[in-house]
Amino acid sequence: MQPLTRVEGRAIPLGLKNVDTDIIIPAKWLKTISREGLGAGAFEALRAEPGNVIDDPDYAGATLLIAGDNFGCGSSREHAAWALGDMGIRVVIAPSFSDIFSGNAVKNGILPVVLPQDAVDRLLEVAREGVAITVDLESQTVTTPYQDRFTFTIDPFRRECLLGGLDEVGLTMARGEAIGGFEASRTAAQPWLMRGTEAA
Amino acid sequence: MASRPRTLYEKIWDAHVVETRDDGTALIYIDRHLVHEVTSPQAFEALKVAGRPVRRPELTLAVPDHNLPTTARLDAKGAPVPIADPESAAQLAALEVNAPAYGIRYIPATAKEQGIVHVVGPEQGFSLPGTTIVCGDSHTACHGGLGALAFGIGTSEVEHVLATQTLLLQQSKPMEVRVEGDLGPGISAKDLILHIIGTIGAAGGSGYVIEYRGRVFEAMTLEERLTVCNMSIEAGARAGLIAPDDVTFAYLKGRPMAPKGAEWDAAVAYWRTLHSDQGAVFAKSVTINAADVEPSVTWGTSPEDVVAIGGRVPSPDDFADESKRVAAQKSLDYMGLVPGTPMTEVPIENVFIGSCTNSRIEDLRAAAAVLKGRHKAANVRWAIVVPGSGLVKEQAEEEGLDKVFIDAGFEWREPGCSACLGMNPDKVPPGERCASTSNRNFVGRQGPGARTHLVSPAMAAAAAVTGRLADVRELV
Repeated sequence: MQPLTRVEGRAIPLGLKNVDTDIIIPAKWLKTISREGLGAGAFEALRAEPGNVIDDPDYAGATLLIAGDNFGCGSSREHAAWALGDMGIRVVIAPSFSDIFSGNAVKNGILPVVLPQDAVDRLLEVAREGVAITVDLESQTVTTPYQDRFTFTIDPFRRECLLGGLDEVGLTMARGEAIGGFEASRTAAQPWLMRGTEAA
Repeated sequence: MASRPRTLYEKIWDAHVVETRDDGTALIYIDRHLVHEVTSPQAFEALKVAGRPVRRPELTLAVPDHNLPTTARLDAKGAPVPIADPESAAQLAALEVNAPAYGIRYIPATAKEQGIVHVVGPEQGFSLPGTTIVCGDSHTACHGGLGALAFGIGTSEVEHVLATQTLLLQQSKPMEVRVEGDLGPGISAKDLILHIIGTIGAAGGSGYVIEYRGRVFEAMTLEERLTVCNMSIEAGARAGLIAPDDVTFAYLKGRPMAPKGAEWDAAVAYWRTLHSDQGAVFAKSVTINAADVEPSVTWGTSPEDVVAIGGRVPSPDDFADESKRVAAQKSLDYMGLVPGTPMTEVPIENVFIGSCTNSRIEDLRAAAAVLKGRHKAANVRWAIVVPGSGLVKEQAEEEGLDKVFIDAGFEWREPGCSACLGMNPDKVPPGERCASTSNRNFVGRQGPGARTHLVSPAMAAAAAVTGRLADVRELV
């Protein structure tokens, strides 16, 4: 995973609330067996509208996206994070995110930044001017050239994973002994829990 | 730890903590993992590239459902019918190869045990009370109806579970949705959960695991509980739970992968401890009056856009919040609805009975009871029934339900996710409406430009017969 420390760039001022993962990437794009190339299908229905914000040349090359409440709600499809990543998005700023989406985002080097609605509204204003916004994960701040400065909180483990570009699977595999111990006590006390498909 | 009263969620969580990191992140053991063709290929590919094995193949069950066409799977000679779409075929083929290569039990598309993952898990007794259950699908919340902590995960987490049988998680907060009183006659579990989502909102459960409490849930069948918990994700909750009881145990007893003999007795004794303790504290609590629940329908493009069938299409001005006004206007434009229109005057061209929310035998019985001796209205162009599994289909055919549906003008299909999501050939055409027993009315969910109205199976049948959204209580 690509580490993320500081992102400076233009932001797409999407602003909508309840942006679900079907909007981010419709199901017909989910037939792929690869993680690549999903940017082409990102926000497909929205992009069919003339003058839409995603294809607005004022925001070309944007690395940030700003949205309303409950961003990424709905399906667990990680394709939503892959599609955003493929579009070049490294940070999404919103008042709230769905639990599954924010986890998926972090695992793909995309930082979900939670800020109060008034801060998001201010950043939408700045973004609409096509001015760069800076997000710094080390100091946990979002700043603009107009001296706006917002701080955000993030789960420390997620922060560590993003800053270090860590492989969670590798980290957990290193804890194999602890997992084995848990399984052994399980097998002794509640063997039926460990049978799974072999019970049939 | 045992002295403090705990919620059901906290009990299940505590029983699965392998270890806790200094930063509070817990390594949680996963008892059951369901895999389907859409969210797994990249996970298997990552394992292959890194040379990582699957830690406990017997704790994963694989079955295709999302992408699979619901037309006949075998030709007249009994040979498998090839899938026309090359991408879908490749995705199916990947699961068919990946699962056995890693020693994972695979239910093929042509087996009668095949079906929607969330129908198959409980049906096979693979999903059990008190277990942690995950799947690369947000409607995994469904299995909470058995009293399991069940939630959807992304593909990176699918890989994590395959490799380690665990997940790194932050604990959610426990939330209580308490329903007081009893549901009125003709009101279904689907009406109730839509009403709950309409009340608490699409983000009302964000950061929480919901436990549904009250005698309404105790009186429900297991299948009704699955319907309720299934849609917890539509309220933003990570998972939904209903405490297991004798209804649960009776449902599971004798299922192929459920414990047997002395192990069954030990399991039931354990399951009986799985309820929120007296005095357990919920971080958030919402009370719903069951008497307020009417047959529910959605009018917009978020599952929170719920109105009683006797109600009218709302106006954006009805909402106090500016962002909701903007969203409502966009929804109405997309849905082609005029504020103030009675919901019962909204015409329907398509009817879909199916999905992990409502495709079990009781759902099919409820719809068939309305359709018996009736026919779909002339303006209903397309009506399909997609049983949740081959076993549901077989049971329905034994009861003659297939004939009721066919006589009413419905197509009787093979099991799968079908028109719940627009990724297999079953789609609703642009600009047309569908009365659907599925779980999401998002923009483009049932196909580009499709307009979805979420309803119960009986209400879907009522819409088919009348050609409009209709109150099923007037038909029975």
